[in-house]
Amino acid sequence: MTHWIILPVLMPAMLAAVLVLTARHHLMLQRIFSMSGALALFGVAAGLFWQASDDTITLYQLGNWPAPFGIVLVADRLSTLMVLLTATLAPLVLLYAMGSGWDQRGRHFHPLFQFQLMGIMGAFLTGDAFNLFVFFEVLLIASYGLMIHAGGAERLRAGTQYVLYNLLGSTLFLFALGALYAQTGTLNLADLALRVASLDLADSAGIRVAAVLLLMVFAIKAAVLPLHFWLPASYSEAPAPVAALFAIMTKVGAYGIIRVYTLVFPPDLAITQGLFDTWLMPAALLTLALGMIGVLGASRVDRLVAFSVIGSMGMLLSAVAVFTPAGITAALYYAIHSTFAAAALFLLVDVMRERRGGIGTQLADAAPMAGGALVAGMFFLAAIAMTGLPPLSGFLGKLLIMDAAWGTPLVWWIWGVILSGSLVAVVGFSRAGSQVFWKAHQAADPQPDETDAEADDTARVDVSLPASPLPMIAIGGLVALLVALTAAAGPVNRTLAATAAQLFAPAPYIDIVMTTPGKVIGKGGHGDDAYAKDGQGDDAKPDTGQKDH
Amino acid sequence: MELLIASAIGVLTAAGIYMVLRFRTFPVIIGTSLLSYAVNVFLFASGRLAVNAPPVLRDGVEVYTDPLPQALVLTAIVISFGMTAVVVIIALGSWLSSDDDLVDVPAVPAAAGGADPAPRGEAAQ
Repeated sequence: MTHWIILPVLMPAMLAAVLVLTARHHLMLQRIFSMSGALALFGVAAGLFWQASDDTITLYQLGNWPAPFGIVLVADRLSTLMVLLTATLAPLVLLYAMGSGWDQRGRHFHPLFQFQLMGIMGAFLTGDAFNLFVFFEVLLIASYGLMIHAGGAERLRAGTQYVLYNLLGSTLFLFALGALYAQTGTLNLADLALRVASLDLADSAGIRVAAVLLLMVFAIKAAVLPLHFWLPASYSEAPAPVAALFAIMTKVGAYGIIRVYTLVFPPDLAITQGLFDTWLMPAALLTLALGMIGVLGASRVDRLVAFSVIGSMGMLLSAVAVFTPAGITAALYYAIHSTFAAAALFLLVDVMRERRGGIGTQLADAAPMAGGALVAGMFFLAAIAMTGLPPLSGFLGKLLIMDAAWGTPLVWWIWGVILSGSLVAVVGFSRAGSQVFWKAHQAADPQPDETDAEADDTARVDVSLPASPLPMIAIGGLVALLVALTAAAGPVNRTLAATAAQLFAPAPYIDIVMTTPGKVIGKGGHGDDAYAKDGQGDDAKPDTGQKDH
Repeated sequence: MELLIASAIGVLTAAGIYMVLRFRTFPVIIGTSLLSYAVNVFLFASGRLAVNAPPVLRDGVEVYTDPLPQALVLTAIVISFGMTAVVVIIALGSWLSSDDDLVDVPAVPAAAGGADPAPRGEAAQ
């Protein structure tokens, strides 16, 4: 059995502990360790991705316990794709955090960052619903620390709200898990799939409640319309590198939806029929509309980007809600794209905030910032990507989604909302860009006569260029990834199509999880197998207790 | 006993939801605690209720209770306890730094820049 799969979880966990215990006061040491950890993680993630790229599903049984009793990690195409996405984002975000000095504005940035990575990786890799909850909590508790990193009154307030919202989400998750367990007697995803499929339709009220509760939990994470209220304040108040890393967190919700509703509650299951057409699709379209209206209405650039994240989640989930292989392919492509685009935008907003002085991220007239041309160029590219204008990956993603929606009953609604939403977003982003970058020159050039008092104290606040080129390298890296995603759209799309195909044929996944033998227990062994076999002592056969499901 | 447990979960949840909908931080935290108690009892009951039944194999015993929900509820208790501690500290920090303990983040006043926190605290009063 290969141990590589556990590394993305184990490595950040141990690194974080080492950082806290030994390198607490050495910033440089922390940076070196953290960065090399993130790069090693990228290496492992790339290896896992390569391993899964020929449809291999790798199973890892913790402590060698067989599946329904022990906890398993499963690396299939979807898991490794998301792990690779996270591991690609993390070094760039770290680079920005180091270059901009965010990591020295409060304590323990790097350990918390590593713990956050651990939680995200674990959530993507686990094959057990309760374990998914535990990893959610790991990533959340690290994100609480990161969210309020560097302190400040507004950030703490936004942080309180964020934590409370997520506490409620966790409670809901537990209710969902309890309901699932009460109905099926298992929490292993593959085992759940088998048992849910064999449930009687007439007796399915409980499992339906569980399915809807679980969908709500993931919808909170993915910021779907009635449950999105936590996102704008927390994303815009969070430190920029943290907000950029949070770009992957909404995708954890989307991942949860894709994973659970292809494996446990597949689209052709009679019990959960209509969950997507009736509920998720309208909610996703409303989310998309709300996000784009928010982009138009925002009075600060950071809010604008936060709302564009909501809009992009709406777009992504409307592709998920189509729930065909083509829809999932499009959703995955859009997920990769919107992660990089949102991260780049959050970092750019931070650069603006630094360089514009007292006016911060307000959409108001201010003097031109130092080195504005490069920032403006990057913002232009990232905004094109985010709004989905032709040359970049956002356009391709949108095209794929619209193509996947063709032939569904709601096609005109989907097309209408996506297209008009994009138009609104284009207007919103152009307004923000021209206000920040172009009107700045207008406000500054005609100097003494017509400017008012406001322009005086904001003019020329902070003109020196920051010493480190690292922040712009990190942002450039993210934009380059967007360009690469566009250029390599063909191969990427083929890989994603294979991923979607694997998701829609879950039999090998279930098979490998349920039939791989684990630890052999001798006579008079432990009681872990008791509940399925009704307490017989001789569990010598490794796969005992699985045949009767 | 089913009625007792079910109504206990129901009452705890209802009280929790009521408290969560208040707009000061302290009642909201109490509300999330009540909700986590409710969910703990719920998880515990998800393995069906059994009285005086051991969870671990033993000779000469016919009736067992399901051990898994007990393990799950233990995890859930630990996590919710830790989370509550975190939220109390963050809420305390937020209250001390902004001088009010409303849960919602006030709308940004158009004049105040991001750098100056003082006007916001007053605006929210």
